[in-house]
Amino acid sequence: MAYVHRIEVRYKNDPRLTVRTNRIRSLGFPIEELHVIDIYTVYTTSCDFSPEELREIGIQLANPVVQTFTVDKATVAFFDSAIEVGFLPGVTDNVGTTARQTIEDYIKRKFEPGEAVYSSQLFFVTGKLSPDALQNLATTLANPLIHRVHIKSRAEYGTKGMDVVIPLVDLHELPAAELVSLDLDDPDLIRIGKEGIVDSETDQRRGPLALDLAQLHAIRDYFATKGRKPTDIEIESLAQTWSEHCKHTIFASPLDDDMPKGLYKTCIQAATNRIRQERGEKDICLSVFSDNSGGIIFDDQYLVTHKVETHNSPSALDPFGGALTGIVGVNRDTIGFGLGAKPCINIYGFCVGDPEKSPALFRGKDKSNPILSPRRILDGVVSGVGVGGNCSGIPTPQGFVWFDDRYVGKPLVFAGTVGIMPRTDGSRNLHEKQAQPGDHIVMVGGRVGKDGIHGATFSSEALDPGSPVTAVQIGDPITQKKVSDVIVKEARDLGLYHSITDNGAGGISCSVAEMAKECNGCHVFLDKVPLKYPGMAPWEIWISESQERMTLAVPPEKLDEFMSLLRRREVEATVIGEFTNSGRCVVEFNGAVVMDIELSFLHDGLPVKHLRTAPPALVPITPVPSCPDSLDETVKEMLSRKNISSKEFISLQYDHTVQGGHVLGPVQGTGRVQGMATLTKVVPGSKKGVGLSQGIFPSYSEIDSYRMAVACIDTAIRGLIALGIPLEAIAILDNFCWCSSDDPGRLSQLKHAAIGCYDGATGFETPFISGKDSMFNDFSGYDEQNNRVKVSVPPTLLVSSIGIHPDVTKAVSLDAKVEGDLVYLIGETREECGGSEYFAHLGCSGGTVPDIDIAAMKARYKRLSNAILHDLVASAFPVTHGGLAIALAKVAIAGRIGMDVTISGDMRPDYSLFSETLGRFIVTIAPDKKRSFELAMGYDAFLIGRVIGKSLLITGNGFRVAVPVNELETAYKKPFGGY
Amino acid sequence: MTQAVFSSSAKVSGDELIPDKALIMSGYGINSEMETKEVLLRSGMDADIVHINDLIDRKFRMTDYRLLVFPGGFSYGDDTGAGNAYANRVRNNLWNDLTEFLEEDNLVLGICNGFQILANLGLVPAFDKQYKRDIALMPNRKGVLECRYVTIKPAFETLWTKGIERIVCPVSHGEGNFSCSPEVLKRLKSQKMVAFTYCREDLRPADGEYPFNPNGSTADIAGITSADGKVLAMMPHPERAMEFVNQYDWTLQKEILKRKQLPVPSESINMRLFRNIVDYFR
Repeated sequence: MAYVHRIEVRYKNDPRLTVRTNRIRSLGFPIEELHVIDIYTVYTTSCDFSPEELREIGIQLANPVVQTFTVDKATVAFFDSAIEVGFLPGVTDNVGTTARQTIEDYIKRKFEPGEAVYSSQLFFVTGKLSPDALQNLATTLANPLIHRVHIKSRAEYGTKGMDVVIPLVDLHELPAAELVSLDLDDPDLIRIGKEGIVDSETDQRRGPLALDLAQLHAIRDYFATKGRKPTDIEIESLAQTWSEHCKHTIFASPLDDDMPKGLYKTCIQAATNRIRQERGEKDICLSVFSDNSGGIIFDDQYLVTHKVETHNSPSALDPFGGALTGIVGVNRDTIGFGLGAKPCINIYGFCVGDPEKSPALFRGKDKSNPILSPRRILDGVVSGVGVGGNCSGIPTPQGFVWFDDRYVGKPLVFAGTVGIMPRTDGSRNLHEKQAQPGDHIVMVGGRVGKDGIHGATFSSEALDPGSPVTAVQIGDPITQKKVSDVIVKEARDLGLYHSITDNGAGGISCSVAEMAKECNGCHVFLDKVPLKYPGMAPWEIWISESQERMTLAVPPEKLDEFMSLLRRREVEATVIGEFTNSGRCVVEFNGAVVMDIELSFLHDGLPVKHLRTAPPALVPITPVPSCPDSLDETVKEMLSRKNISSKEFISLQYDHTVQGGHVLGPVQGTGRVQGMATLTKVVPGSKKGVGLSQGIFPSYSEIDSYRMAVACIDTAIRGLIALGIPLEAIAILDNFCWCSSDDPGRLSQLKHAAIGCYDGATGFETPFISGKDSMFNDFSGYDEQNNRVKVSVPPTLLVSSIGIHPDVTKAVSLDAKVEGDLVYLIGETREECGGSEYFAHLGCSGGTVPDIDIAAMKARYKRLSNAILHDLVASAFPVTHGGLAIALAKVAIAGRIGMDVTISGDMRPDYSLFSETLGRFIVTIAPDKKRSFELAMGYDAFLIGRVIGKSLLITGNGFRVAVPVNELETAYKKPFGGY
Repeated sequence: MTQAVFSSSAKVSGDELIPDKALIMSGYGINSEMETKEVLLRSGMDADIVHINDLIDRKFRMTDYRLLVFPGGFSYGDDTGAGNAYANRVRNNLWNDLTEFLEEDNLVLGICNGFQILANLGLVPAFDKQYKRDIALMPNRKGVLECRYVTIKPAFETLWTKGIERIVCPVSHGEGNFSCSPEVLKRLKSQKMVAFTYCREDLRPADGEYPFNPNGSTADIAGITSADGKVLAMMPHPERAMEFVNQYDWTLQKEILKRKQLPVPSESINMRLFRNIVDYFR
């Protein structure tokens, strides 16, 4: 027997009504009002609720001061159409879960398996919309991949209201493993690799394995020597472990004749090894590349970790869910570092198309399956990272947005997390861990569903019409917060486990097999894994990427204490097997062994591929128009470029103050300008702080990817130097987001960028401590005329930096402070406008990309951070995108005060203002510090003027710029004013 | 199990710890418990961070403490209304302990999510000791979370606001839009229960104007006390700006002080609020 009750909750006076209505109107829907009703559908089978109980449940789910509710009765209201948006079966429903817990707590009884509360939202639209417009409105309120939509007119709604829908999961799969024959012709094998194993129940392909022919031959040969056929779960498991996403084959494979060890070992790891060796006792690294995050020394007591991930493919399909999953996923890379670090700062980065354009591109033919508009993607990813950090109590001060139309098909979503942990607990180093044979394998956190199946292999493939919708997941930050709290604030310090890692790509198939390396074996009982709903096949349970899960190695003598603690914190924990030293990964399901592979083959059986590069296509050089007559206007237009202007609307919706460590935040100065770097205290009693910054120059890549990489490193470092962080306290991270990486030209650009990384890191002596790559950021689809279209992202490298500030009370912000202060330009300007924001403004391509003399910069940076730490500096700001004029304008806007400066040289005026020469800073100082500052800085510091008046005045050889600061501020804040 | 990840920095302020202790609630997505403990320690009061389930399981007793704090956070992800689900968990499991605690000469503080929980529990305004929902914290007018520094000032002098001219600290919430009926508002004012209002930097009223009043709160209300004055509930986060360097404009203030050859403080002005609490127990 099924009992269903529908509770509808609405505001008497909804405070968000105006903002919501205006937003929908701004998207082109001529509505009068848009109201929202919260719906809870309570579904039970074991017993029903009395009317009194239902009324009390309604009171607990609503706030009677400002809301009303109905039980099993349609809300009465004036409207023209009603749109209900609920989740599809199996999609994570956080609100429904909370409502269920509230009801359970009240009735003092747990829901039975299968019973649930489902949340949905009912929108009442007033205003006449055509049926087509109404459909379109519904698609802006819902995402067809995860939502169901039901539309009714007022007449259809009548007095009965909307229909009751129970989104039950109903699976009819064979809950057993199947044998798969690989004794096939090569074309058939290729098809298995591309499209998946044929499901014997449905005769349909199960989705991409992303295994190539050589890999499938290796698998076939391995099982031939064992004298048996592989099972589906064995093939799926190998596909996960060998995926580009997990094994980074492009960075690991031999490249050309000069890099037999591949890019990663030759350029990234070698740079860090060399720096560590040369530093000797002054090495700041504790754990690099081997763990979920990289770890460096904070002080004698603490270490800090950092890791930056990408979540691109899922964010293209479901921007909110993709970005949310990205940020809570990288939080787990912190919790899974060593024995568990506490997440203390989040960072973000979004590369998207111009949000004011709506390109007509489709994943399918005949205008089917359109891509989401850049605006929708931007709104979704901004919100996803925000909800993830805000709900988890992790501040999100640092980040960036970069706009380029080549990101329309595949946006890039970067998410990073810094963690803090004590270096020892008295008896062991907390950054070290080792599972022991005999330890229980314990899965902690959320349950397993079909979410994210084929996520790891999916992100290794270019997005095409057949992309599976199961690749979309929605995170549940509160479940994860409970997991995080009980681990890093309690269980770790009680010494209850030997090892821990996060369940990310590939789910437990990757996490358990990875930990099994520590003790050389594992034995898993898949039927013990708690499921969201019955009926999943063993291969699905094994590779599912359901979120909020960690895997731990718990020794038998600690198991009771561990399980009891987690029970009291209402965090689900299940023993799913045992670590062994058998040298094998053995998986059982309902008493039958469904997988038995040697760990050596699983991890190292991947056939070696030798990659070759070829020169990339050359960028055409276009003629540059002559210098504009009114540079005043040009400065303002440059400030209004989306890549330069204020994106404060993001910082405002991201909690950047929780945990109480705010020192220099995302916006600075009375005029509120976004800085290049932020500074946060992570240990309350300490003088020290963590500085974070980044460098990204996708517009340089096609011209010179080597210089692009060096520019990223220089800029990431320079942001921290400007806060007063010494060079030797800085470490960096790399995130390569490339395109078409099987193309020899793209590979060549990748190789040069990686060499740039080596030269930059070793030149500055800033070690890489962690990195990640995503190699196929290409969109393949159709335009309106059914022509095939491929849109590839520009080769993109994000270099993130982390530095330890020795005394945050000495840090400086970017804003000009006091009238009469002196303004210095540190470093000379050269004519380097190739790939610059100015050339993009002019519509020019080609030109010279900035180059630098790293040894000279190193000396300069040491002098500047030293001057700041000696209280000689009032403000400092690096010159980056947009060049000198933009940096001066931002310093003036932030201080809401004018500057009068003169620049020397006979360069073309616009070039001298907007060239992006690296290594430069704008610094202001108190006049009485002139002598000591110039002494400290040496020949690098050019006194160019003073802080004065209410306008920015720039005089040069034959030109003069004069713009009131308030006009600069308007130009800087205009583009995203309405977001 | 109490949580002690970071060592105490009580020594920073040099204050002696008083014998009475504070109980700081945690669990289910509350997230500001550590900085709340830190600020109390610096003001001279030790605190235990206790998971709500350990109170329900009787591993800790509310009545062993003099100050009960519901800190900031995102309990239950704000689902079903911010603070609502956590308030339900308290009401359905700890109500007797709580009313017993309120009978004694004790104090209760709720910040941000804590305010939302106290409002749903009816601990504020609690006219005539009637614990029912009389006020609400609705979604912000802008419909999204807003994180920025605000200036607030006391509307009346209470035990909490003694000697305070202003507090400058962050707000960070999606649902802080104070709402109540005209009758309730009248009572709040006549019984001097408005603790703090949002204002401009020069202390003139915000008059509902964004961003000074960041969320659309009725009468610029940022915090209220209970009718008996023993419960303070506020949306802004003074515990997130305990140090001089936590203040938004500290780099500018530091330059101005240096030019005047005046000393640069290490603490923020917001510490006064917490010292007032500890003074109450001295």
